[in-house]
Amino acid sequence: MTGIAELKLDGNAIGGLMLELFGVELTATPCVCAGCGAREEMARLDVYTGAGIVVRCCHCEAVMIRIVQGRGRTWLDLSGAASLELG
Amino acid sequence: MKTLELDVPGWAGHRAGQHVDVRLTAEDGYQAQRSYSIASAPSDGLALTVERLDDGEVSPYLVDEAREGDQLEVRGPIGGYFVWDGTETEPVLLVAGGSGVVPVMAMARHRARIGSTTPMRLIYSSRSWDDVIYRDELETLGIEVFQTLTREQPPGWSGYSRRIDRELLAETAWPASQSPRVYVCGSTRFVDAAADGLLELGYDAGWIRTERFGATG
Repeated sequence: MTGIAELKLDGNAIGGLMLELFGVELTATPCVCAGCGAREEMARLDVYTGAGIVVRCCHCEAVMIRIVQGRGRTWLDLSGAASLELG
Repeated sequence: MKTLELDVPGWAGHRAGQHVDVRLTAEDGYQAQRSYSIASAPSDGLALTVERLDDGEVSPYLVDEAREGDQLEVRGPIGGYFVWDGTETEPVLLVAGGSGVVPVMAMARHRARIGSTTPMRLIYSSRSWDDVIYRDELETLGIEVFQTLTREQPPGWSGYSRRIDRELLAETAWPASQSPRVYVCGSTRFVDAAADGLLELGYDAGWIRTERFGATG
């Protein structure tokens, strides 16, 4: 059986999706966690993929970003991210 | 394992370490998409090395069925974090598990192509000698290569024979005093073990760039 820890990817894995949604490369973009205030590049964040995508802070594990796609639409919840610093 | 060379109209080039997303669409409209690291140096066009995963949705097609002239849907290049451009001055440590060697191979090839003298070391973990990707080319790149074979070793094997741990890293990695630039790529378990070992050796977390490969293909 695969444990949840082994399903963990990182922000590199959603680089293509972010490129499509935002039109810019985001894996090197600093993101600030609304929970603990840690600032890390998106590539360093924990990413879990399933029915949707959940991005968690790699320090406090708080949910920072949620993405769900379906019926030709994308739902993007950034409420756990205090900021994304676009270059 | 197979390397595919892609000709993408309008391709603007890539950076060593980047990946692309490949999407396949079945006749009934069902789509499957996976990420594959770029294996080639930026000067050598776009080549992907794909590991065939038996229960995968994309890799069996790419490895077994794709033929010259077939068309694929490709998104990318992707990534601005796990990249090495060759202008950085720090010694480089590449740590790869299994097919995680593909993006760091692009860096080693890039170093050779541009004639860089930046010191570069590769620590590469495979299950067996037969699983070692780029086996012959590794010796021709002008970098130091340390290999470990974790499951099965050929007769007379003089390399390491265990999973990467702190002691193995202590014997092979640059000393922390050199402030190296580190790229670790492999499964989540591999990446965590390697990164933890390097931190225990005094490496700064900011020196270490990681990329985790998923178990779906």
